[in-house]
Amino acid sequence: MAPDVKDDDGAAQRFRAAALPYLDDVYTLARYLLRDPHDAEDAVQECYLRAFRHFATFRGGPIKPWLLAILRNVCRVEYARRSASAFMQGEEDDAAEQATQGLWEEASASPEAETLRHLDAASVQRLIADLPPPFRETLVLREINDLSYREIADVVGAPVGTVMSRLARARALLRAAWLAEEKET
Amino acid sequence: MNCDEVLIHALIDGELDAGHARTVEAHIAGCGRCTQQVAAYRALRQALPARELRYAAPASLRARIERTVPVPARADRRTLLKGFLAGGAISALAAASVAFVVVRQGRDDVILGEAISAHLRSLQADHLTDVPSTDQHTVKPWFNGRIDLAPPVVDLTGQGFTLVGGRRDFIDGKPAAAIVYRRRVHVINLFVAQGLGVRSPTPQLATVQGYNILRWNEGGLDLLAVSDLGRDELEEFGAKFIAAARGAGQ
Repeated sequence: MAPDVKDDDGAAQRFRAAALPYLDDVYTLARYLLRDPHDAEDAVQECYLRAFRHFATFRGGPIKPWLLAILRNVCRVEYARRSASAFMQGEEDDAAEQATQGLWEEASASPEAETLRHLDAASVQRLIADLPPPFRETLVLREINDLSYREIADVVGAPVGTVMSRLARARALLRAAWLAEEKET
Repeated sequence: MNCDEVLIHALIDGELDAGHARTVEAHIAGCGRCTQQVAAYRALRQALPARELRYAAPASLRARIERTVPVPARADRRTLLKGFLAGGAISALAAASVAFVVVRQGRDDVILGEAISAHLRSLQADHLTDVPSTDQHTVKPWFNGRIDLAPPVVDLTGQGFTLVGGRRDFIDGKPAAAIVYRRRVHVINLFVAQGLGVRSPTPQLATVQGYNILRWNEGGLDLLAVSDLGRDELEEFGAKFIAAARGAGQ
């Protein structure tokens, strides 16, 4: 039926106009979560395929967090399938939070306001990529994807309070790693 | 209030309402440790080259995705045209589906579309400026009494973007100050308005209908720069405008 075809075309056009401008945002998050350009490409393509399939259920509002939430789910499934590890699952989050507890306290205990030396973008990307998953994704969503706390909470499916404490810790860890990097070079 | 590192981050991120922000700021002012923390994390955020930390999606990936979401644009236009030619009930139906499309778009897309429409209107109607002037001290006061906000107007001629003048316009039914710049043959309309829902203080780039739009929020004002300039040059414009406006204390 012609009207159906036309409506499908309209949906495809609306989807492209709304979702494609955020391709770099989605790809950036995929690169940080998966740490591999090819895996990231596959995940982003799967994300857009799913997003298009479910576009009818998208209820307006900012589309970027919606896309990033789909991407994150794709990454979780993909990562779990490939490495059989519990990527970013609750238990892993807890373990990571435990493991970094000491580091965090150490980083927080010496908050001299020394200015950070300039590092090139590739070095900073590597420092961020080395953060444990729950902190890495929170930091990237905030600093690079530029989401609000509320939007991050929706994307990662955690309460805002959890997002806030992860972000605080992510920055402390990044800062400690940054200072360590300065000493090495 | 006790020291709370999490609240310090919320303050830096602009996530606290005015009341809580005052409470946290009052605590920080009287707490050496927290003062240092704030300085340390502000320094970290400044050192982060957020834009350079992004990855650009490869063109091949974009092409792959575009293939999976096909748009037979020509067929679509023909169908619509036929509908209007048939007249009567069918064109009413077409009109209804157009309205449906508008409603279904997010508010964000509506604003972007409105900004592009205003940009095109200014070019097509040959009504680029109400006050043609390359002098920021002529353009800025011109808006006094004509619009309910004081738009930041800066001269960027020395930096490759010539101020052409100002104009009163509307975005989404709201009065907007349009500040017009030129780069070679390209026109940049910088719309300044309130309540358009732009929240990010860092410029966000979007591409709609082949036009690039850079938008950010500064001091409660929504700013949208629309142009057919390339992404890089429009981002350059945004960075220079923001730096100059902050430097001028506007």
